[in-house]
Parts: sequence; structure tokens; C-alpha cells
Amino acid sequence: MLSKILINFPLIAVVLIAMMGLSAMVFKRNIVKILMGVTILESAVNLFLVATGYREGGIAPIFTNAPSTHMVLPTVQALTLTSIVIGVATSAMMLSFAMIIYKKYGTVDVRKIRKLKG
Amino acid sequence: MTISSIAQHLPALLIAVPLLTAFLTPLIGGVNRTLRMLWVALGISATSAIGLALAWKVFTTGTVLYVFGAAAVGQVLPMDSGGIPIRIIFEVDAFSALMIVIASISAFAITMYSLVSESECSGQDGFYALLFLLVVGIMGMVATGDLFNFFVFLEISSLAGAALVAYRVDKGVAVEAGLKYALLSTLGALCVLIAIGLLFAQYNALNLATLASRLQFTTLDKIALALLIVPLAMKCGAVPMHFWTPDTYATAPSSITALLVVSSQASLYGLFRVLFSLYGHLVQFNYATFGWFVIILGVLSMFVGVTMAIPQKDVKRLMAYHAVSQTGYMLLGVGVGLAVLGNRSALNAYGLTAMAGGIFHIINHAMYKGLLFLTAGAIFYRTGTRNLNKLGGLGHTMPWTMVFFMIGALAIAGIPPFNGFASKLMIYESVFRFSPFLSIVAMVVSILTLASFVKVFHSIFMGPRREEFAAAREVPAAMIFGMALLAVVVMLFGLFPQTFIDGMITPAVTALVDRGAYISAILGGH
Amino acid sequence: MKMTKIVRSTADIFYPFCLIFGFYVVAHGHLTPGGGFQGGAVIATGAALLIVARAYEDISQRIRKNALKLCESIGLFMFLAAGLSGLFLGHPFFANWLAQAGSIFGQPVAWGPNPGDLNTAGLLPLMNIAVGIEVLGGLSIILLYMISGVKEKE
Repeated sequence: MLSKILINFPLIAVVLIAMMGLSAMVFKRNIVKILMGVTILESAVNLFLVATGYREGGIAPIFTNAPSTHMVLPTVQALTLTSIVIGVATSAMMLSFAMIIYKKYGTVDVRKIRKLKG
Repeated sequence: MTISSIAQHLPALLIAVPLLTAFLTPLIGGVNRTLRMLWVALGISATSAIGLALAWKVFTTGTVLYVFGAAAVGQVLPMDSGGIPIRIIFEVDAFSALMIVIASISAFAITMYSLVSESECSGQDGFYALLFLLVVGIMGMVATGDLFNFFVFLEISSLAGAALVAYRVDKGVAVEAGLKYALLSTLGALCVLIAIGLLFAQYNALNLATLASRLQFTTLDKIALALLIVPLAMKCGAVPMHFWTPDTYATAPSSITALLVVSSQASLYGLFRVLFSLYGHLVQFNYATFGWFVIILGVLSMFVGVTMAIPQKDVKRLMAYHAVSQTGYMLLGVGVGLAVLGNRSALNAYGLTAMAGGIFHIINHAMYKGLLFLTAGAIFYRTGTRNLNKLGGLGHTMPWTMVFFMIGALAIAGIPPFNGFASKLMIYESVFRFSPFLSIVAMVVSILTLASFVKVFHSIFMGPRREEFAAAREVPAAMIFGMALLAVVVMLFGLFPQTFIDGMITPAVTALVDRGAYISAILGGH
Repeated sequence: MKMTKIVRSTADIFYPFCLIFGFYVVAHGHLTPGGGFQGGAVIATGAALLIVARAYEDISQRIRKNALKLCESIGLFMFLAAGLSGLFLGHPFFANWLAQAGSIFGQPVAWGPNPGDLNTAGLLPLMNIAVGIEVLGGLSIILLYMISGVKEKE
């Protein structure tokens, strides 16, 4: 039982972090907090991607001082890196949107900024 | 570089040329305005020419493969890879080529139009850089044969799209719409990323063809399917998730709205690719369930879209709801094809025709909806309002815009001899054999569309001249050129539908249905 | 808004170290963990340090937006040029034709445990440098724009 939990520990963490992010997105009224939720959710997804790439006893593909030439193909690491870069761009853009909204409306409360009707 | 080597590298140039244009625009725009306009015009002409040439190559010689970073262009499976394509591969088959044709024509017309329509705004370097990035995103999404690469291009197009929606701050309203779009796109893209993770963890592959050949349809695969379908359906504006479309389409600059339509169709492409090439033909895959899922999405989109459109007062909001409604036709046509995919006789009897109708409608929709949004932009350019109650009598002063609007409106309502009629007729006839009720719904929606556009036409262009619009003149030549290009395509597709169906649509349908060919193009054998 | 002299001096002292460490990460991207994006981000952290420690007006004199914009465009252009360079020699886009060619960055990689040779990996170091330039420009300019958008309340 315990070993099962230990093996799946990263995945359990993924679910918990994703829940935190989603709940922040759904229940918070402040745009900045919603954006924090998005970032937390992104971290959860990145953790999930990296966790799928774990190989027991694998050797990191760094050529300097590697004990052997049999190394792990770092595909998921590359994916995670790409996704982090995209995440940086997304959050920078959305935060600047939030800044402009605050400048124009004087508030970042989503209940008060609904000028666009459904 | 000789002509033949350029022909060999077309898929790479399709991405590289717009990227290069985007990155150098700030440098060149710093010199002066005229040079920037020339540079942008040159960039988009080159991109469109490459796109059309690539599509021509695909339609004449078959699927084009391009392996990035390999020793040779066609080296799909390197010697030491153990039969796995490890590099990013572009797999351009007939369906991708069709989407590239759409993107090339629309992007060219739209950029020519924006050269004038946006010339009064500040921050143009950023505008054109983002516009080209959006084009890169669309081209990449439809050309790639790699699931993760698809995600990257999806994000590029979402980010560029959101920034462009917010480009005219418009007292914060546009930024609000941009934020909404960016939030939803990010959430959707994260779902896609989880699905990619689930698939990669099981099958150690990211290449669509390799994944398709290995798929077992386990529980995780079903979750991945749901996580792929829902965000892509949201991005293409199907009804339960359509709420972002009116806000985004209404507040974006008109030229961008026209390009966003193409971008949402690239998501539609992704949806069909996942359903047909990745999951279709699996033994356990229940065609009827997923076919009906797509059909119901389509019927809901058609009906809700048009009923929401009728009471709108903002002309672009109204057109945005019509865009939702027209997306429904594509989903309906292709959904019918998916529902009978397992039944060879039904597929040959009407399934393929329904799919051809749906796919023909994609290209038709991009053309006439782009045209309509551009005319709405022309009206806004001269009058400064989008409110139907305030507009009127423009037919006296803006005759060309009126003609183009009329062509677009008749095409969207499915009146012969315009292109909307050709594809809608195929959908009506084939869907009638599948389920008469659905066909009748489609016709009713078409009639409602016509009614709605007659009202819009009347309130914008008819009536006496108005005092407040006395200064409104016809728009500049570059804008007319952009609209005229799309109008000519609309007429051509309407007058000679059979030529285009035989040349482009039928190969696209075949490519979509034939999952084995998609796989064997990469892995060989079969 | 200005911080105390202690904070400002510390930031000034740390700034060059940030830059050097960032450039180290960029230059060794093909040998050790890290690369263009990570190194560029480290360099942008240096800019962030200065921005936090000093007022915006002070910083805008020292770090120029136009120079950063130039960095962004040039970095991206270099990256694409590196990818496109193969096309002129008959290789596919992004093909690593410089690797093991004997010229610059063209030494073959030594197998087994070794201290690492900077002069390997062909196009990869060039691309890392291009991405490093792009990211240091891009991230710093995002920070600068954001800080210039914040309303000074005093």
C-alpha cells in the first residue's frame, strides 16, 4: 500500500496542485488571483509531463562525466521546457492585460468589469 | 538555391518565411512607414505563394513529408531510431493542403486590407509581427504531423490572436475580450497538453501516425480523447463552448476577426484529424457515438447561433453568431460521415458526400465570412460605428462595399450561384438520406440566416442619405482589393463547384477517411 | 520609489555576476543543463534586480528599450538564419550541418566521462546564443514595460 502511494506520489501531487489551480480559477474574483490559478495549473501539467519521463536507474543525458553512454532520451524534459517557455509568454501577456484593465476600469474584480454582455 | 531545391523545402519555408517577416518587421518598421508596408506586402505575398505552391504539389503528387533537422528531407525513420520517427515531421496530405489554401488566400486578402485599415493606429510594428505569428500558428497547426508540435502552434496562434484582439484597447473592452480569449485558450491548451502526456506516457511517441498505429483505446486513451476533443471544439466555437466568439470577434479589428475565423477552422482541422486519423478505424471505437456527438454539437451550433444572431444590434456581434451557426454545418456534414464510417455501403452512398459538403463548407465559410467581416470593417472605418440602429443609407456613398456585402450575405444564406449554395446543397442532400430531420433543421437555419442578413443589409445600406454619414466615402483601393479578392473566390467556387470538388475536396475527404494511408506515409508498409 | 542605499549597492554588485552567470549558462548550453532560454532568463533576472532596487526613471537611462527590442529581433533573426543556413547547402531546415565538420563548433564529441569541449555540437551553441540574446531582450523588455505601466502613487 505504502509503496503504491510512493510510486504514484508525483501523480497525487499533480492532482492536488491542479485542484488548487482550478479552484483558484473558479472561485476567486480577482483577475490577478485567477491568473495565479492558471500558473499553478500550468505547474501541475508540467510536473505531470516530467513525472511521466522518470526511468528508474536512468542516466541523465549530460555528456560530461556520464558513467555510461546509455542515456535517457530527454523528450518529456524538452516538452516541459517548451511548455514552461510558453507559460512564461502566456502569463506575461495576461498580466499585462490585467494591468491595462486596472488602468482603464480602476478595478480587477471580475464582477465589476463585465462590460461585454454574454 | 535552385527552383527544385525550393520546391523540396516548401513545408519549412511555409513556417520560416512568415516567421522571418514577423521578426524583422520591428527592425524595418523602425526605418520608415513605406518600407514597412512594402516589407509586409512582400512577406505575405511570399507566404501565400509558398502555401499555394505546396498545396499544388500535394494535390498533384500526393502527401509531402518534411523532416526537420534530419540528414535528408525525406529521412523519416533514421537508421538508429528503432523504427520510431524521433524528429518533428510535417505531414502535408490533401486535407492539410486544403487548409493551407484557405489560410493562404485569406491571409493575403486580409493583410492587403489591413495595410490601409490599420494605418491610422499606433504600434503597427507589433501589429504586423503578431499578424504574421498568427499566420505561422495557423499554417503550423494544419501542416504538422506531430502532436506536441500541434500544441505549440496552437499556443502560438492563441497568444498572437489574443494580443491582436486586445490591440485596439478601446477603453479596456477589447483588452477584456482578449483576456477572456487568452484564459480560455490557455485552459484548453493545458487540457491538450495533459492528453499529449497521457498518450506519450503509454506509447512513447508524439508522431500522429506512430501514435495512431499503436493506439489500444485503453481507459487513458479515452480520457485523452475527451481532453483533445473538448478544447478543440471550444476553439472552433461549437455551441456549448461558444461564449467567447461574440466578444472576441466583435471587439477585434475586422481584419483580425477574419483571420481568427481561419484560426478557429485550424482547430476544427485538429478536431477532425484527432477523430479520423488518430482514433478512427480502431476496433473498439464506436463511430455512431462519436458521430452523433459531432452531429449534436453541429445542430446545436447551427440553431443556437442563428437564433442568438437575429436580435443583435452590433453588426460584428451578429456576424460572430452567424460564424458559430455556420461552423455547425461543417460539424454536421463531417459528423454524418463519422457516424457511418464503419458501414462501407452507407459511407459510399451518402457519408462521403456529407463529408465533402462539410469540408467544402470550411473553405467557403472562410471566404464569405472573411468577406463579410472585412465589409463590416470597411463600414466601421468610414462611419466609426457598428450599431445597426445608427447606420443607414450607406448604399449611396459606398457602392463597392455594398456589392461585396451583398455577395457575402447571399453566399452565407446559401443562394445560388454563390459558393454557400454549392456546399449546403451537398449537405442537405446527403444528410437527408441519413436523417431527414437534421436536413430540415439545416434548411430552416439557412432561411433564418437569409432573413437576418436581409435585415442587416436593409438597415446599413438602404434608406435615405444620413446627415451624420455625409462624409463617408468609398474605402481606399487596398481595402477594396482585399475584399474583391475574396469576393472573386466566392463567385468562382459558386460558379464552378464541381471543378474544385474534384480537384481539392474529394482528395481531402479521401485523405481524412483513409487512416491507413496517413500512417503508412510515415511508417511505410501496409 | 527608491530603496535604501544598501539595497541599491547590493543590486549593483550582484548585477555583473548575474550577467556572467547567465552568459555562462548560455555558452555551455550544449554541455550542461541549461541553454539559451535559461541563461537569458538569468540575465533578465539581473535586469529585474536593478528594476526592483531603483526607480523606473533611473533604470530607463541605464537599460534602453530600443536596445532590448533590437536584441529581441536580432536574436530571433539569428536563430532563424541558423536554421535556414542548411537550406542553402542542400540540407533540411534546422539540419545540424556544422556538427563534426571540423570547423567552428565542429569537433566530434568525446564518448565516456570527459570534462566537456565547448567546441562541439555544431549549430546548437549558435542557436543557444541566438535564443539567449532574444530572451534577455524579451524578458527584460516585458519587465520594463510592466514597471513603466505601474502608476506612481506618491
